[in-house]
Amino acid sequence: MKIKADRDVCIGAGNCVLAAENVFDQDDDAIVVVLEESPEGKDADAARNAVGSCPSGALSLEE
Amino acid sequence: MASPSTETPALPLHMRRERFDPPAEMREIREQPGLARVTTPIGRPAWLVTRYEDAREVLGDAARFSSAGLPVIPVPGTTPEEQRSGNLLMLDPPEHTRLRRLLTGEFTVKRIRRLQPRIAEIVDSHLDAMEQAGPPADLVPDFALPVPSLVICELLGVPYSDRAEFHRRAAKQLDLTRPLEERGMVAAQSRAYMAELVDRAFAAPGDDMLGMLVREHGDTLTRTELIGVASLLLIAGHETTANMLAIGTLALLRHPEQAALVRDDPNAAAPAVEELMRFLSVVHTGVPRTATAATRVGDQDIEAGDVLVVSLPAADRDRALVEDPDQLDVGRAASHHVAFGHGVHHCLGAPLARMEMATAFPALLRRFPTLAPAIPFSDVDFRSASVVYGLRSLPVTW
Ligand code: HEM
Ligand code: HEM
Ligand code: SF4
Repeated sequence: MKIKADRDVCIGAGNCVLAAENVFDQDDDAIVVVLEESPEGKDADAARNAVGSCPSGALSLEE
Repeated sequence: MASPSTETPALPLHMRRERFDPPAEMREIREQPGLARVTTPIGRPAWLVTRYEDAREVLGDAARFSSAGLPVIPVPGTTPEEQRSGNLLMLDPPEHTRLRRLLTGEFTVKRIRRLQPRIAEIVDSHLDAMEQAGPPADLVPDFALPVPSLVICELLGVPYSDRAEFHRRAAKQLDLTRPLEERGMVAAQSRAYMAELVDRAFAAPGDDMLGMLVREHGDTLTRTELIGVASLLLIAGHETTANMLAIGTLALLRHPEQAALVRDDPNAAAPAVEELMRFLSVVHTGVPRTATAATRVGDQDIEAGDVLVVSLPAADRDRALVEDPDQLDVGRAASHHVAFGHGVHHCLGAPLARMEMATAFPALLRRFPTLAPAIPFSDVDFRSASVVYGLRSLPVTW
């Protein structure tokens, strides 16, 4: 699995951080930072959940 | 326009509820192809969007569905441009993007986590006061309203001693059954009040959010914009969370085994908050959207200029989102709901609101393990005719 985040699209809602703390963080302007591009196991499930709950469509993944 | 005493029958479908639920008609409409017609409180015809996928499509595409088309209520002493200025809800990208990016830094998950101890303190001090006074209590004025009000006041730098007045004004501004002139007058008073606070922040920026915005962005944010931003944050920051705390508590008390879970299991609070948000979806619709070009939604032809209202509770009770959508089940993961909206206008304060709720619900239930409504369920005073659904009061005992 590989995660992509489009920082120009992100609106900084933080849903991804709440859903998958080991995979996503926010910088000081609240814009998404990917901590783990290829999460595994539980983190992979959490990352899928995060992609679904992102309101801006900034996140995508290749399985 | 309806008078407050006849509110329920006169309300448009998308603002009606049957206690915790959207009206039964809403379900039928969701299951029929195409979109239904409704009339907004100001008498404009609109398409009603009820399905989860359609809701995400409309809210998720600000280029096709503009939030800027709304005529604003005439407010004495200001122009419509001034009124829109700084009100994120009524701006489209790129103006929206620019302003939102100035604010998001204040609402990161990390920043909000740092507020947790203070939120817990505010919650505890209100529980102490309830305990000392003894039962019965009215949960709305004693807990649900003051907790988020105090939090947003401290965060923004608004003197809490002014709360009685801005509560009264906010309730009137969001009450869609009041005459437009009255809502306009009240909005003018709110602006004048906020202008004073903003001028104070420009003169001597403090440690609060207004001060921080002046220090960090004082060169790009205009005074008018800051007044708009601050007014929006003050209203959006307490009316919404206050209603969720009150009606959310009632929903939990109606499901004692689920209340027990939230009370006893520290890991249950966060998912329970998401499920309560989904199940109750207290914001009826969000701002009406205007189609910028001819298009199609849910097999319905839409013309350029048509208005669409997206029913958040209808979308959040769609089987496309969860199984058994009409059941409250705080144990399920329901985080893809649209109760905070969707797309670029997704709630800016969501991390704060989540933190407030995840702190307040368990603390309340732990302090009063025998908490129960002090009146029959059929007598509970639900408040519908407002942008935010909730309870006028909730007498409780323990
Ligand atoms: C999260 C917070 C808010 C939400 C979800 C929200 C949503 C809405 C909705 C659904 C309407 C109905 C419009 C119609 O029926 O055509 C409305 C109207 C309006 N809202 Fe808000 N609102 C929020 C906060 C605010 C705030 C903070 C202000 C002002 C400071 C504001 C100002 C207005 C005005 C002026 C109207 C009247 C538009 C009209 O009737 O033409 N709103 N809002
Ligand atoms: C449970 C509590 C809350 C609920 C249910 C809620 C709901 C919503 C919804 C549905 C929207 C989108 C409206 C639309 O698309 O037209 C919204 C936007 C917004 N909310 Fe909240 N909200 C809550 C708490 C808060 C808090 C605590 C704050 C501030 C501290 C806040 C600030 C805002 C702002 C500024 C926007 C406008 C964002 C934009 O247009 O970019 N909200 N909220
Ligand atoms: S959920 Fe989406 S919009 Fe929100 S911070 Fe993460 S990537 Fe950005």
